[in-house]
Amino acid sequence: MIINHPLLGPRDSAEFVYLGTSNLMDRPDPETATPEDWHDYAYLRDNPAGPHRELWFHEGGDRSILIVTRDTTTHEISSVELARNPGAQV
Amino acid sequence: MRYSGFKVIKEALTGHKGWLPAWRDPEPKAHYDIVIIGGGGHGLATAHYLASVYGQHRVAVVEKGWIGGGNVGRNTTIIRSNYLLDGNEPFYEFSLKLWEGLEQDLNYNAMVSQRGIMNLIHSDAQRDAFVRRGNAMILNGADAELLSEAQIRQEYPFLNFDDARFPIKGGLAQRRGGTVRHDAVAWGYARAADRRGVDIIQNCEVTGFRVENGKCLGVETSRGFIGAGRVGCAVAGNSSRLMEKAGMRLPIESHVLQAFVTEGLKPVLPGVITFGAGHFYVSQSDKGGLVFGGDIDGYNSYAQRGNLPVVEDVCEGGMAIMPMIGRARLLRMWGGIMDMSMDGSPIIDRTHVDGLYFNGGWCYGGFKATPASGYAFAHLLARDEPHETATAYRFDRFRTGHMIDEKGMGNQPNLH
Repeated sequence: MIINHPLLGPRDSAEFVYLGTSNLMDRPDPETATPEDWHDYAYLRDNPAGPHRELWFHEGGDRSILIVTRDTTTHEISSVELARNPGAQV
Repeated sequence: MRYSGFKVIKEALTGHKGWLPAWRDPEPKAHYDIVIIGGGGHGLATAHYLASVYGQHRVAVVEKGWIGGGNVGRNTTIIRSNYLLDGNEPFYEFSLKLWEGLEQDLNYNAMVSQRGIMNLIHSDAQRDAFVRRGNAMILNGADAELLSEAQIRQEYPFLNFDDARFPIKGGLAQRRGGTVRHDAVAWGYARAADRRGVDIIQNCEVTGFRVENGKCLGVETSRGFIGAGRVGCAVAGNSSRLMEKAGMRLPIESHVLQAFVTEGLKPVLPGVITFGAGHFYVSQSDKGGLVFGGDIDGYNSYAQRGNLPVVEDVCEGGMAIMPMIGRARLLRMWGGIMDMSMDGSPIIDRTHVDGLYFNGGWCYGGFKATPASGYAFAHLLARDEPHETATAYRFDRFRTGHMIDEKGMGNQPNLH
């Protein structure tokens, strides 16, 4: 797979480490979260067949974390964003 | 029809006109006591043990495609029970014992071959870890044998013993491990279950569950509604997609695992070998092909095909321990979809819906577990209580902290 990095252009996916669903960015608020919230956050996954927003860490590159939207049934990548600023035009 | 040597001779002399289909192709009935979703190894094994051990005969297996078309036909056929943790080892040892009696039980030649499995050791720390694992296996009634480098040189002289980076220092052998003809497992279980009256309904996709007042009354399928007293789901790889229809989110990600087979060779590899310093395992099929594999690709996938970086990694692993593999030509490679659970261990449990039961999360170790998984799931479906070897495989272990994390990796499915 080729991941089209917003800053660096097309890069081999082997340069990246896969971190899982982008839902992991929505961390529960430690002030108010219940143990059940933490359980759901840490262990449960939507695991869709189709478009999936997921985090890829560019370990072998600029060490940015990207949000990649990829179809899990075809591996086709439809969009790549910087996780620290999703949706921004670079 | 019972299979036997006498029957083969008789049919050979009479033009092979007396063979019948190994299982029927029944129309779905309106209601069954138990409906199992998924005609793979685990689902068919569940049906067989429900009928043969637990006396349940009004049982159906519904399968969206053809039986044995999923992971039971796409694995590297290895059986073993070399686990460390208490939640796992009794279960997998129970499975290995069932494998040992499988062909007599099913009256079907599944080509169970106890040719032994050997985990290679490359460092002192790894030897310590494998000694500990071997002791855990022996304490649970399995067999384990620590081999020296000299002993392995006698059995496998072609391995790369003097590699500068990962020299082979010894091995942990389980002589009772080995391989099984994987498709025959699905067919054997299907035939045995069918002979006891289980309906195997193919080309019948489950589209939803009928749930009223928190009780599952049956399944909606592409061939109409099928009522059921209890419903068991055994669709590893697609568990999240199916259980979503019952309103569940699972502690599972689906990942793709690739496997490879070379052209047929003369016998070169007597047993199963695993590389201790990377992730690589190889055996030789009875047809002669070297069957091997390695890690999962590491990202969510339902595509049943992987990508090249893992192909390279697997081939590097093969070349590192067994350089002669480089002379064999690769014939085929394929991918299967794994239920990767959050701790690397499976789930056989009730769900929040009354009468709906779940079997999945097998990661890439489901094939060896097929008999025990079926047995334990049949026990759960028939008795509504977990089988004694599967008490740890619960959904709530993530909530209560009783995870069964063989590798100590944490809740990162692509690392198990």
